[in-house]
Amino acid sequence: MIYLELLAGFLKVGLFAFGGAYGAIPLIRDVVLSYGWISDEMLTYMIAVSESTPGPIMVNLATYVGSSQAGILGALVATTAVVLPSFIIILVIMVLLKKILKNPWTQAILRGLKPCMIGIILATGAFMILRNGTTDMTAIIMTEGLAAAYFGSRLVTKKGMSPIGLIGLSAVAGIIVYSL
Amino acid sequence: MKNTQSPKAATATAIDLFLTFAKVGLFTFGGGYAMISLIENTCVEKKAWITHDEMMDVTVIAESTPGPIAINCATYVGYKQKGFAGALIATLGMVLPSFLIIFLISMFLDNFLEIKWIANAFMGIKIAVGILIFDAAIKMIRKMQKKPIPMAIMACSAVAMFLINFYALGFSSIMLMLVAAIVSLSIFAIKGAAK
Repeated sequence: MIYLELLAGFLKVGLFAFGGAYGAIPLIRDVVLSYGWISDEMLTYMIAVSESTPGPIMVNLATYVGSSQAGILGALVATTAVVLPSFIIILVIMVLLKKILKNPWTQAILRGLKPCMIGIILATGAFMILRNGTTDMTAIIMTEGLAAAYFGSRLVTKKGMSPIGLIGLSAVAGIIVYSL
Repeated sequence: MKNTQSPKAATATAIDLFLTFAKVGLFTFGGGYAMISLIENTCVEKKAWITHDEMMDVTVIAESTPGPIAINCATYVGYKQKGFAGALIATLGMVLPSFLIIFLISMFLDNFLEIKWIANAFMGIKIAVGILIFDAAIKMIRKMQKKPIPMAIMACSAVAMFLINFYALGFSSIMLMLVAAIVSLSIFAIKGAAK
């Protein structure tokens, strides 16, 4: 049943997404593709939409995937599922186990989880660049141009271009390059 | 103690909690750390709901627990103010704006993508998303402690995940994380035993 699948899938995401928004993207990708809910391409579009709309990215993605699969009820189930683990964990930490995070065994687990998560994010980013950015000559030029603009902007201003700035620029570049 | 307050004052605070976090949810783009600064600004400086030290605590807890950082903060502040109900109200307020916005978008996105120039825009955006994710990882690596074991776990996970993606292997990233947790626990146990 789709509601149970959405619940299980997004509980997993909410429970394992260390490292903030970008930590969730590889997991969501994993879950969404393994259930075959939406295509990899559609998910990439939605990541950009989530980045350009307010609110936590993983909540946005859960709402979208839930809605695309089972309407408003699906959106509710998926969004609740993605939020529930962190909600419960924070309550438990506050009410019962303030010391649990300082426990050396907990620390040992976190010392393994965090670098692993960073590795997963790195690989996912590299894989997406390789897959979407090297399909043809136009894509290669786009990738290099956008990367140069994004990273180069840090040499000009201290903070550099914001993620939304890059998405805006890439949209304009896409319209110009692919419409001609 | 909180029960001794008049019901009217309690309702006002609940509404205030809800509206405050709805505002944070509505006005922060990109999630994560942008939200922390807005939450700090509202909850610590303007409303004095929690102290600066508590805010630091939340940030550390949020970084060590899974889930969206903004949700962790909302739950924490809500609970501090009004117990379980407060946690629920603050978290709901946080989620509601983006839920409504994304739900609306989800109904129209497919139609939007049939328009040629919007589809072209998304062809460009697709490339940007990969760059953003890659950049997020680079930033995290820069902040990491440059010790051999974490760096090795990071590198092995990256290579494993890339191969999983490349060959579309049926090994999930969650399994990879569990392996990393077990490896790290074992190292800790062995080191303890060696002492």
